[in-house]
Amino acid sequence: MAAIELSGVVKRFGAITAVDGLDLDVPEGICLGLLGPNGAGKSTTMRLLTGQAIADAGELRVLGYELPGQSKPARAEMGVVPQLDNLDVDVTVEDNLAVYARLYRVKDVGAAVDRCLDLARLRDRRRDAVDKLSGGMRRRLLLARGLVHEPRLVLLDEPTVGLDPQIRTELWTLIGDLKARGATILMSTHYIEEAERLADEVAVMHQGKIISRGRPADLIAEHAGRQTAEVYAPPQRLSELRTSAEAAGLRVRPAGPAIAIVGSERAADGGIPEDAVVRAATLEDVFVLLTGEEAE
Amino acid sequence: MSAEAPARQRTMRRLEPAAIAGVMSREVANFRTYWRGTTFSSVLEPLVYLLAFGLGLSATLVDEVEGIPYIQFVGTGMVATAVIFSSALPSMFGTFVKHRFQNTYEAILAAPVDVEELVSAEMLWIAGRSAVYGCVPLIVTFFWGLDPAWGMLLVPIFAFVTALGFAGFGVAMAATVAKIDQFNYVTALFVTPLFLVAGTFFPINGLPEGVQVIAQANPLHQLVELVRGGAFGYEWVDLARFAFLLAFAIVTWRVAVARMKRRLID
Repeated sequence: MAAIELSGVVKRFGAITAVDGLDLDVPEGICLGLLGPNGAGKSTTMRLLTGQAIADAGELRVLGYELPGQSKPARAEMGVVPQLDNLDVDVTVEDNLAVYARLYRVKDVGAAVDRCLDLARLRDRRRDAVDKLSGGMRRRLLLARGLVHEPRLVLLDEPTVGLDPQIRTELWTLIGDLKARGATILMSTHYIEEAERLADEVAVMHQGKIISRGRPADLIAEHAGRQTAEVYAPPQRLSELRTSAEAAGLRVRPAGPAIAIVGSERAADGGIPEDAVVRAATLEDVFVLLTGEEAE
Repeated sequence: MSAEAPARQRTMRRLEPAAIAGVMSREVANFRTYWRGTTFSSVLEPLVYLLAFGLGLSATLVDEVEGIPYIQFVGTGMVATAVIFSSALPSMFGTFVKHRFQNTYEAILAAPVDVEELVSAEMLWIAGRSAVYGCVPLIVTFFWGLDPAWGMLLVPIFAFVTALGFAGFGVAMAATVAKIDQFNYVTALFVTPLFLVAGTFFPINGLPEGVQVIAQANPLHQLVELVRGGAFGYEWVDLARFAFLLAFAIVTWRVAVARMKRRLID
């Protein structure tokens, strides 16, 4: 059984169509990365799944429950880790967890709090107010709060957005542990590296719909080939190289101050300049080619 | 694309006590961190009015009103002031801040809690608190000769029901305004006039006839009359007053739920 099944889902905000005929299946036990640029419709999709947005058209089923009618029991079995830190900052760590254990009707609140404190590695800070915690501790607590009722499905909405690299790595370790325990995870992100490291499958979302989906390695092979050649040069030369590469049937994308010639292994001899930096193709190449947006 | 229903499908009802208790437990956890400040202002403000008007005017201008010593007249009326100050204002500002700045409701609604339960819990919590604060002026007035009466035991209930109505009013306003400074309009247009024309400081039968009719629709006036009934003797009309307050609470509850649904669910 799929944990999430969306079919033809549309959500409009006035003249803006945030989600535009979205079809998405998330099988149980996998981590699916919903990768897309800002404004692609990822957060709206998350809100649709938690019943905080109502679709204008389409069918939504989560853990076998029809949405929005059966949203409440569906929410009882899913955990949500929001993009924004909405912990109660004056309240202690353990009380933050206990409140949500009650909201999720957990029978043994004390045991659930202890388990989450261990998960977030905050047992020795349990009686501290949240505003005394570091940024990394707060994010770990936010993640643990979403797992306080041991949900079957976890929605991670941009779990590491705005965090420094060290905290991001800490979070990835926790999410990796969660995966290892067999939870089904839907994770929206616009960080390529996050999707590459954590997701079993990636669905690239753009302008409200899924434009490609598969295992990261398969997506790279399908859309970007084996190698990418990056050339750093003055704008005039980059422009000439771009024109000649495209004339040779190769795909070229901007890469900050450089251009990236994707699938460069298919270039004819002499088609790639000698000063190019040749590297393995990445999901970033796929993302930029498909969405036309610079990756983060 | 179809999926089998899970083997053990949960069913959940509307207005589940567990959901309401869960939301209220969050309020209690937070209240433990700020109760001193809130209690100080909720108790002190009505007392300042009580002492300023009650003692000040009774010493200089007014001995009695309707046969009641003026300090006792004001003291019983101040219950209503304490109730509106500790219900309408915290519900307006608290709801707005939790929604707009703290994203608290987004987290709560991701749990198995619906907007109706969320609003009901917020209203019940504020009303419970307000019922306690509302009794303080009455207790203080004992020190100025007000005799305890059995009827006063119902005052916390009257205060609770009235506060429930004003908490609903506050939540509905918070779900309506676009910016926090628009609460200035709400305070100036509703809260202050209701507070002044409640019969707390002077009997409303001295007002122009049209204003008297409007004052009858003021829930605070009905509360003032019920508290004075508790202190000096009930009348049959007090049943109608209590029914009015119940209706006020129910109407504002439904309006608050509807407004918050529009605000929180896209």
